[in-house]
Formats: sequence, C-alpha cells, structure tokens
Amino acid sequence: MDFSVLISEFPTLTVDGIALGFIYVLIALGYTMVYGVLRLINFANSEVFMIGTFASILIATQLFGHTIESEPLTGFKLVYTMLAMLLGAMIISGLVSVLVEIVAYRRLRAVTTNRLTSLISAIGVSIFLAEGVRILTSSAPMGAPRLLDKITLVTIFGADIRIDILLVIVFAIILLVCLDIFVNKTRLGKGIRAVSMDYDTAKLMGININKVISTTFLVGGIGTGAAAFFYVTVYEVTVFRIGFELGIAAFTAAVLGGIGNIRGAFAGGLALGLIEMYSSAIFGTQWKSITAFVILVLVLLFRPNGIFGESLQQARV
Amino acid sequence: MTFNLRDYGANIWARANKWQRYLMALVFIVAAFSLPLLENTFFNTPNTPFVSVLFYPIGLYTLMALGLNVVVGKSGLLDLGYVAFYAVGAYTAGLLGASLKLNTWEVMPIGIALAMLSGLILGAAVLRLKGDYLAIVTLGFGEIIRITALNSPAIGASMGITDIANPPTTFGFKFDLDNPESYYWTILIIIIITIMAIRILSIRRPGRAWEAIRQDEDVAELMGVNIYKYKLWAFVFGAAVGGAAGVLFASESMFISPNIFKLEVSIFILAFVVFGGMGNIWGVILGAVLLSYIPERIRFLSDARMLIFGLVLIIMMNLRPDGLLPRKKREKIKSDKKDSK
Repeated sequence: MDFSVLISEFPTLTVDGIALGFIYVLIALGYTMVYGVLRLINFANSEVFMIGTFASILIATQLFGHTIESEPLTGFKLVYTMLAMLLGAMIISGLVSVLVEIVAYRRLRAVTTNRLTSLISAIGVSIFLAEGVRILTSSAPMGAPRLLDKITLVTIFGADIRIDILLVIVFAIILLVCLDIFVNKTRLGKGIRAVSMDYDTAKLMGININKVISTTFLVGGIGTGAAAFFYVTVYEVTVFRIGFELGIAAFTAAVLGGIGNIRGAFAGGLALGLIEMYSSAIFGTQWKSITAFVILVLVLLFRPNGIFGESLQQARV
Repeated sequence: MTFNLRDYGANIWARANKWQRYLMALVFIVAAFSLPLLENTFFNTPNTPFVSVLFYPIGLYTLMALGLNVVVGKSGLLDLGYVAFYAVGAYTAGLLGASLKLNTWEVMPIGIALAMLSGLILGAAVLRLKGDYLAIVTLGFGEIIRITALNSPAIGASMGITDIANPPTTFGFKFDLDNPESYYWTILIIIIITIMAIRILSIRRPGRAWEAIRQDEDVAELMGVNIYKYKLWAFVFGAAVGGAAGVLFASESMFISPNIFKLEVSIFILAFVVFGGMGNIWGVILGAVLLSYIPERIRFLSDARMLIFGLVLIIMMNLRPDGLLPRKKREKIKSDKKDSK
C-alpha cells in the first residue's frame, strides 16, 4: 500500500477517473435500460462496445485513409473526421444492438419465461461476435491513428486537462442530457418508462412492446457506440477481447448504482471510474478490478438494490 | 404431440420393476466405463487423444455441470463464479501436494472441505441478495479469487504451480500420461457418486426445499422453509463438487495457473446446464457431454470452432428454449399464467 502516489497525483487521477467514469456510464446505459424494460442482463452489450471501437477505427483508416503514422489533423478536417467516427460508431453499435435483440431475445420472449434461456442465447451471440472479430483480425490488437493532437488545455491544481479528456466529458454530458429529454419528454420515451413500470399493463394500454424494446436496444447501443469512440480517442487501441473487460466493469457500474435506473448508472459509472483510478494508485494496477468488486459487494450488503435502487420510471440523468 | 425424449425415458423407468432398473443402471454404467473403446472410430477426436478428452474436458465439465445444476437448476440461484470453487480445489491439491507430500486421495477430502468452506463463507455473505445481484457478486468473487492468485507470489503468481504429483498407483491402476483411462474411470466414479447424492437429496427435505425456493421464494418462506439455510446447503454442495473436480484436474494436468480459472469457465458450465435442461440431471449430463465434446471433435476447423459453438448456443436456445431434456413441469398453472405475457 502506498498513499504517496495517491496524494501527489490526486488531481490527475480524479480527472482521468471522471473520463473513464463517463465511458462506463455510457456503456452501462446499454445494460441498465435493457434491464429496466426486460429484466434481463444484456450480456451481448460488451460486444456491441467492441464492434463500436473497431467501427470507429476503421472509419478513420479505411474511409479517410489515415494510418497510425498520420499527422494529427487540424481545423475543419479534424471536426468532420471525428464527427464521422463518433456518428459511425453510434450508428453501427445501435444497429448491432437491435440485431442482437432480434436474434437473441425476440423469439425467446414469446416462447419462454425462463430468463436464463435468454442469458445463454445472449452469451451465444456474444461468443459469436467476439470470435468472428478475433478471426477477422487474427487476434491482433488494432491501433487507432492519433487524429487529435493531445495538447493540455489548462492545468488545475496540477492536473493536466487534456483536450481528449475534455471532449469525452463534454460530449458525454451532451448525450446524457439528450437521453434524459428522450426518456422523459418524448412519446417513445414514455413508452419505455411505461414498459419498465409494468410490462403487462403497458401492453394492455396498447403500447407496441416490440417497438419499445427495439428502441431501448437502439438507444442503449447508441450510447455504447459513443463510449466506444471515446475509448478509442483516449486509449487509441482496441482488441477483440476489449468488450469483455470493459463490459464487466460497466455492468458492475450499473449494478452499483442500481440496475434499471439511469440516474443510478450515472452515479455508479462515475464512482467506479474514480474508485478504479484511486485504488490502482494505492494498491497497484493489478488489483484494480478487485477493488471494484469488493466495493460492489460492500455496497450490495448494505443496499441490496444498489445505491439508488432499481426503477427506470423515475429516471433523471 | 411432439416426441419428448425425457418423458419417453421416464416412462420406461416408471414401468420397470426393481430388477429391470438395476439391470438398466448396470448396462448404462458398463457402457460409460467402456467409452475408451471408441478410440479410433468415427468419434475419435483429431489432435487430442480421445481418452484424455473423455477426462478433460468431458468428464470434468460434466461433473462441474452437475454441481452447478444443484445451485442454478434446482434452487434457481444464478451463480456466475462457480470456477472459484474449482480453483480452490486445484490450488489445494497443488499446494498441499508439494508442501505436505500428500497424495491425491489424501488431498481430495481437504480440497473438498476447503471448497465447501469457501462456499459457506461466500454464501453466508451474499445469499440474501436476489437474482441478478447475486449473479454479479458471485462473478466478482470468482474474479477476486483469480486475481488474488495472479498477484500472490507465494502461490506462484502468474506462473502458477508446476510439477504437481500424479495420483499414486491404486488397485493396480497406474495414473500417468500413458494411462489416461484411469483418470476417466476415476472421474466416472465421482460422477456416479454425485448423481446418487443428488438423487437422494432431491427426494428428501433439501430437494423439496430447493424446488420450493426456485418456484417462489416468498411463498416458500411463508410455508416455513428456512430459505437461507437451504440456499446455503445448495451452495455448499455445489462448491464441494467443484472442489473435487479441481483436485482431480490439478493432479492430472500437473500444472495449474490462474489463467485456467477464468470467468469463461463459469460461463461455459452455466451454458452446459441451461443447454441440456436446467434441473434435470440427464439433460445436464447430455448438455455437458455434447458441448464439451463438439469443440474437440471439430478441432479441424481450428479457428472457427468457438464461432460455431456460439452459433450452436443461439440456434439451440431458440429451438429448445428449455434445453435438450427439460425438467418435468411441476408448475403448470403458474407457467400458463406467465405465458400470457
């Protein structure tokens, strides 16, 4: 145990932790929204993230012809390349997520009430996607070209706020506000809240359940895709097994806050990002994921439904 | 009327008298013991010796699937960290075999006891949680065990433990690389003991309590079932089976490292249980045997075999949502009500 690093690097760790936390929040949406509506662990969401990271890099390398050696871009060119990567990752992840719902969940929902069946079917999809990408990439990690020159904008209390970290935080907040408006103000959002409150009654009230569920998967996938883009921008590398590692962390974040609850995912994701950064400073990076799980166990022992409890209908970001 | 293999089998069993039942069990056991004879036939596995495939993965995974079935299938507790008990058993064998010079059979009870103890500790802490919260906490427990092993130089860290002793020659059976069938027969004996234990428990108080808890926890509690106690029982039983599998695995492979005990193993075993048919012993065995055998049989597809494994899971779950051999439906009225969803 070594607290000196924690104390000397505290501001930097906090900034990094918040950035990582926002990535977790966005992935956690894919778990928590689906859980809110279907009461199912959306196991394949981790692979939706993985595909988003690859989509984002491939758009930069294949569509715009950048390579690892490319010089960072500036001006208008930078803006539209980054936007294309972000939107591309969001759209592709969203579509994969909807496809996962159709393949893994839709038919099963009609014929069985056994939730484990859907879990195994989702695990099947998850293995299929991860293995497919592993074969296509020959298990090799894929580096992302550094399009954004990572300059330090300001230094607050000794913490360097890099432009990519600021970008993650700003865009994540914008996306979460959009999500809040969508869930609370639109007709489809009302449908999602109704289904998560009471599935049967919502159906009786004439809500098109399949449409609502597809939308939930789409929105969750879009959030996960955005997280994939941010991850690629900050960490600049991806590999076929990335989904598994980040997925477990994001799921932990969702449970920490209270799964099914968007506000909970927000708090849980940020808390987990910070905890992971601080604990790796104290105990060393190899203990990082253990601390997260230990905290999770402790929280669940005292608050068995997560910090905020589970309910999507009172969702406020 | 669709053909239902489980009902068909159950009918034959129900109509048979005592002696016919003994005969059937005997034929079945003899057939299982003579499986190594299938080497070099169509069933042979390319690249890996068939008889050692019978032990690992088929035999070991079948045993663990049976243990997990008590937890997930019979009592309805979703445990995603089952590999932890397997790891506890294996590490006990590795450490005690080296330091105390105990042979496998002497380590076995200790390994099982330690696995049960860890099941008891984990269960006591987390079994008040419900459903998916239990799943993530058990998952976390599995990872905690693995990462702790990975970061503890005292137990070999990432290098693991090497040169674990094979079991000694017992009743004239040699246990070494040239005699893989001894391992297979050993695991078969343990599997048979486990099946008998599960069958005995199932028709007695713990089995009824598990069934009640699985169907409706709250009603079970109102009816006076001590749900906490019986959940703990199920957990500890599953842990014991996992520990036994771990001890045997360590002494066969002579080498263990934390990376063997990944989360994937827990998920695979859960997949075997659900694929075969939760709660039904024969379904679980069929699921485990098929799903651990197929990847070995199609090893010539080398790279694509896990891809196909994933595909098989998706297709089979869609075709047979309750598994290959589902359990007997005892909750007709309730399931009808839920089907209206």
